[in-house]
Amino acid sequence: MKKKTVKPSRVALYVVLLLLVVVYLLPAYLTLITALKDPSEISLPHSWDFPAVLNWKSFSEAFALLKPNIINSFILTICATAISIALGSINGYVFSKWKFKGSELIFTLLLFGMFIPYQVILIPLFQTLRAMNLYGGLPGLILAHVVYGLPITSLIFRNFYMQIPDSLVESATLDGAGFFSIYTQVIFPLSIPGFVVTSIWQSTQIWNEFLWGITLTRHSANPITVGLAQLAGGQAVSWNLPMAGSILAALPVLFIYIVMGRYFIRGLLAGSVKG
Amino acid sequence: MRTVSKDRILAGVTLLPSILLVGIFVYGFIGNTFWTSLTDWGGVGALSENPEKNYVGFYNYKDLFVGFLSSGFRQDLVNAIFYSVFLLIGAIGVGLFIAILLDNKPKAEGFFRTVFLYPMSLSFIVTGTIWRWLLAPSGGVNVLPTYVGAEPFNFRWLSSTQSILQFDWQNILSFAFNVISIVLIVIGLWLLGKRSKHAAKWLVAGIVIGILVYLFGDMLPKALIMEEKHGFNLATTGIILATIWQYSGYTMALYLAGFTGISQDLRDAAMLDGASTFNYYRHIAIPLIQPITISAIIILSHISLKMFDLIFAMTGPDNGQTGHPALNMYLTTFRANDFARGAAIAMLLFFLAALFIIPYLISSYRNKDERA
Repeated sequence: MKKKTVKPSRVALYVVLLLLVVVYLLPAYLTLITALKDPSEISLPHSWDFPAVLNWKSFSEAFALLKPNIINSFILTICATAISIALGSINGYVFSKWKFKGSELIFTLLLFGMFIPYQVILIPLFQTLRAMNLYGGLPGLILAHVVYGLPITSLIFRNFYMQIPDSLVESATLDGAGFFSIYTQVIFPLSIPGFVVTSIWQSTQIWNEFLWGITLTRHSANPITVGLAQLAGGQAVSWNLPMAGSILAALPVLFIYIVMGRYFIRGLLAGSVKG
Repeated sequence: MRTVSKDRILAGVTLLPSILLVGIFVYGFIGNTFWTSLTDWGGVGALSENPEKNYVGFYNYKDLFVGFLSSGFRQDLVNAIFYSVFLLIGAIGVGLFIAILLDNKPKAEGFFRTVFLYPMSLSFIVTGTIWRWLLAPSGGVNVLPTYVGAEPFNFRWLSSTQSILQFDWQNILSFAFNVISIVLIVIGLWLLGKRSKHAAKWLVAGIVIGILVYLFGDMLPKALIMEEKHGFNLATTGIILATIWQYSGYTMALYLAGFTGISQDLRDAAMLDGASTFNYYRHIAIPLIQPITISAIIILSHISLKMFDLIFAMTGPDNGQTGHPALNMYLTTFRANDFARGAAIAMLLFFLAALFIIPYLISSYRNKDERA
């Protein structure tokens, strides 16, 4: 391989990219240093200065304030994700391997539920949960996330299972396997990546959700987003707490994103690029 | 003809709970909200066991558009439209630009991608909280220039009271006809460029409507009895910026996936024919991934039409300057207990979103049918 000389266009490429990196990371930098400042050190004209003394207490204070919300969000995210990926997997199995007349139409009608502004179902949802005695607590919120998660989870699993050759299913049928045994013996063992993608997608969505959190739960069941909005919304609070709270609320999803980025992107693309 | 096997029935039965749930919670609920929007449900007894609801037809909708006291909602609607347009331009422009940079295979591409996409994993509440601090009037972004010795900015990103590109809501009807005429002419010109034989029809329709509005526009009924200006509130720029920061990584990922799907052979061939990098993207790569642009438009317009969390966190739910119908719906319904009116706002949002989504779903359904 011959040695390449550095072309000016290559240099320009890196300069522009690094500038963009700075722009994208500046908000994160400001958040971190503000969280680490002592409240007395926070002032608007000097908001970008590095803290003189690192004040780690903001994190424990913010955690103490947000602890009930964080616990709620963990329960909510784990339960709702588990149920919706189980349903999504079985739906995706039917939509990809057991197509029947009209199944594509049903699938398209199902997908529609993913694209509606949720305001349009909020009032009946609120009323229904009240009538079912589920308003105010976590079970109602879990139900909402499971139901409205059906389109996206079914979509991801369907597209994933489309890649599994039909011949595998056919040979299992010839061996006498039925609907459920094909699923448990052929499809499910091949599903791990599908489950990873879907559960990452669902759990970040559910963790980050706010509209239902604020309209469908009472104070004791508020998820982290609502807790953070209340912490940051108060006028008197000094800025180190909301910033530390933002970091706490972002950590679980950022962790997932950084460790499992590849799967996160697959979930991201699944909603828009059709297989 | 095949007999229906036991397994096929099982498959259908397995799907049944999901079909029922979505049938009720999506389609049934949309119908229910529509019905609610035609009533006068609201007020003191709204949350009682059997609240009083009387059918009032389209009164709520009419009031939102021409009612004396609903100018706040009308500004919210105008905000949402400007917000959608700027978000589309910004997020698609920036995302496409970064995707092109990364498509030229810099070293550490994975690192760059991770940095540009991380905002996408955050909650809007987190983004909103951070950006509220970042755009504080005399701090954050505004004092950045002082670090290189320049004067600080003093733009009020979230609290400016200025409004530009104003129009008078009184003339909304002639305004709407003008927009229709321009859209028809643009489509006509676009078809003309593609040498379609339908171009003339669109052009003629657009020009005729344009001339009619120009000549007789004054005879159209006024929407209001007095002047009411609405425009682009500069206080929403902060919200637009934060959303672009969060979503440009998403469009970048979409475009990058599209570019990666284009074969290297095609690119090499274009380069051999003497195409510059710019021309390669302009004439080959971007047209090839047009479906991705369409997906991005659908997703982003859906997001901007339901935007609630970010504005809530950045300026609070009841800031008139940065209002949005989604916030207005929340306040109207859950603070003022005016359920019928909240339902009407929600239906309008739904209708706007459906304009984009229904054609998209129908075309993707047809594509599937053709392939099957």
